Amino acid sequence: MSSQAITLTTVRQDARPVSERIHDWVVTVDHKKLGILYIVYGLVFLMLGGIEATIMRIQLIVPHNHFVSPQVFNRMFTMHGTTMIFFVVMPLLFGFGTYLIPLMIGARDMAFPRLNAFSFWMTAFGGVLLYFSFIGGYGLYGAGNAPDVGWFAYAPLTARAFSPGHSTDFWTLALLISGIGSIGTAVNFITTILSMRCPGMTLGKMPLLAWLNLIMGGMVILALSPLTAAQIMLSIDRYLGGHFFDTQAGGSAVLWMHFFWIFGHPEVYILVVPAFAFVSEIIPVFSRKPIFGYPIMVAATVCIGFISFSVWAHHMFTVGMNSYGNTFFTVTSMIIAVPTGIKIFNWLGTMWGGKIQFKAPMLFCVGFVFQFLIAGLTGIMLATSPFDWQLGNSYFVVAHFHYVIVGAILFTIFGAFYYWFPKMSGRMYNEALGKWHFWLFFVGFHLTFDFMHIPGMLGMPRRIYTYEPGRGWEIWNLIVTIGVIFQIFGVLAFVINLLWSFWKGKAAGNDPWDAWTLEWSTTSPPPDYDFAVTPAVRSRRPLWDRKHPEDPDWKYE
Amino acid sequence: MSSEALTPSPSASEWVLPSRGRVGMFSLIAAESAIFTIFVAAYIFYLGKSVSGLSPKDVLELPIFTTICLLSSSLTIHLAVRGLRQAKVGAFGLWWFITMALGTIFLVGTGREWHHLIYNKGLTVSTNLFGTTYYSLIGLHAFHVTVGLLLIALALIFTLLGKVKPEHSERAEVFSLYWHFVDVVWVVVFTVVYIIGR
Repeated sequence: MSSQAITLTTVRQDARPVSERIHDWVVTVDHKKLGILYIVYGLVFLMLGGIEATIMRIQLIVPHNHFVSPQVFNRMFTMHGTTMIFFVVMPLLFGFGTYLIPLMIGARDMAFPRLNAFSFWMTAFGGVLLYFSFIGGYGLYGAGNAPDVGWFAYAPLTARAFSPGHSTDFWTLALLISGIGSIGTAVNFITTILSMRCPGMTLGKMPLLAWLNLIMGGMVILALSPLTAAQIMLSIDRYLGGHFFDTQAGGSAVLWMHFFWIFGHPEVYILVVPAFAFVSEIIPVFSRKPIFGYPIMVAATVCIGFISFSVWAHHMFTVGMNSYGNTFFTVTSMIIAVPTGIKIFNWLGTMWGGKIQFKAPMLFCVGFVFQFLIAGLTGIMLATSPFDWQLGNSYFVVAHFHYVIVGAILFTIFGAFYYWFPKMSGRMYNEALGKWHFWLFFVGFHLTFDFMHIPGMLGMPRRIYTYEPGRGWEIWNLIVTIGVIFQIFGVLAFVINLLWSFWKGKAAGNDPWDAWTLEWSTTSPPPDYDFAVTPAVRSRRPLWDRKHPEDPDWKYE
Repeated sequence: MSSEALTPSPSASEWVLPSRGRVGMFSLIAAESAIFTIFVAAYIFYLGKSVSGLSPKDVLELPIFTTICLLSSSLTIHLAVRGLRQAKVGAFGLWWFITMALGTIFLVGTGREWHHLIYNKGLTVSTNLFGTTYYSLIGLHAFHVTVGLLLIALALIFTLLGKVKPEHSERAEVFSLYWHFVDVVWVVVFTVVYIIGR
């Protein structure tokens, strides 16, 4: 009641001059604006990373193609990998987290709003620095050269002798800087979730999105730091003449691999755990049932968090570790499939017997469950070290991890876009266009990545810029590239939907999905202060309690 | 209306959550610990792997005095924070200043050691693996001491201007967590570099 009075007196944003509104966005410390900045930033880089992928696929469409030179091809796969991991998926996930966590736990902002802004601008600066290498890679020569050492930048490729110029330094500094931003965001997430919950929201009553982001924050802190340390060492090698990864002076190239993958494997779970969080919020709402097995879901995620730090060297089976190393990392990599499998049953159990509504967000989440299962199965195949010796560094591996990152993570991100777009913009998206997006992207995804497994099994190594005809790879590469066309049209439908709905969409109202978490209790878009009165909760589904006072959840929890 | 309290909570008055500063600082310390772990692991991994040049036992001497100074600064910062909590701003300023002095002595000691190693012994980052790992690990720690000292100096300026009040004691305490962390890391670095590594 009091909140209405406050809302009505808010100054209309549109009435102010453009320069002032841009200034607002640049200096903002508001978690909602920063969340949207992260998301827009991630989308811009998604387009860049997508263009790089398309260039690679055009080059590989037929044998002996001359679309780009080998040098450019190397730059494309390096930039594509680095961009997609660090400047697309992480900012998108951080963006949704920054936007949603305070709203879902009934807080007015993050614990450290200025740190929040600092973290975003560090990430943004990192991405700009990486792409500046196209212009400044050779320094004063005025010619450009993007990094071309691969996204895991194995030594000794990164040594001065093999990477002259500054392209590798741009890569190192971009990751170092955005890594500092990520650590800041993680500190903020953890502190917000532990110290800013509204009255009554004990840890056992938090929405799963908050729980899973808490675990993700812990993993970022422990995993991004080794990457930061390794980047400092690489800079010492390149600028101060150090010998960390210089094999001629007794240094070890394998040590870089260990340091990189101690970061690199938990990173996969850092990306997928927030994706789990989206699915765990969306599937219950569109199945009209509470999540099945909430405590098991949390426990399984904590297990994943721990085990993910002991599987890194399954990226290194082909390096030649001893049999103890191979056995240990095979076993741990298989064990981590257990809590992951439990989660899949949780989602299926939630859908089981529910009144499922196949709206766009739900379609993407169902696609996720299906594709994530297949990604997990090829993961178990690759975790078997003898199998990995055969297929390591082939297109089979490329197909496997794209199944995780596109088929699982990107699908849930699209689902999250459609689910929370009404909250963020105050307008509904176009459902028909959303379904077109899903089906085009679904078909494109399966054409590209299902068929990419096959040339891998036929022996096609990753990162080659062309191949000989007559090896049986042509038809598969052609199909893979055709899939890209469908994906491009899917993403186009998505972008048109976002832009059109933002200006012309129907008003969404506060709670278009009849959902149960706190963000749907405030207006769409939420006011600057989120909640005029701090809410108090008594169960995991506070809005259910309010809508059904005769049968509230807290009686049963 | 939309944002009214959902269900009046009977226990709203007893709702206590962990302090933001402490949770944030402990998270940061966890991240810093992971960075130091990697540098310490690299140091231990490369012990005795240098193919040429000086080795630790040729050149390193135990920095006992500066170590005592740094470790005792943990005690003095604790006394400073306690003073502020008891509203004794003068005692706070004094102990805070002593903390800064002890930290500065440590940093000067490191500087002298490096000067000796570089100019008298000819050991630099690029000499061999020992030089690379030694200067990086000690340098990373010294960098953290430097950051700590800058923040202490800033707070000391505020104290001298009379801006520090007893209600800031929690902030001072949160900072002291960082300073204790820097000391604990030194215990690890000292053990690895000057005892095991020699």
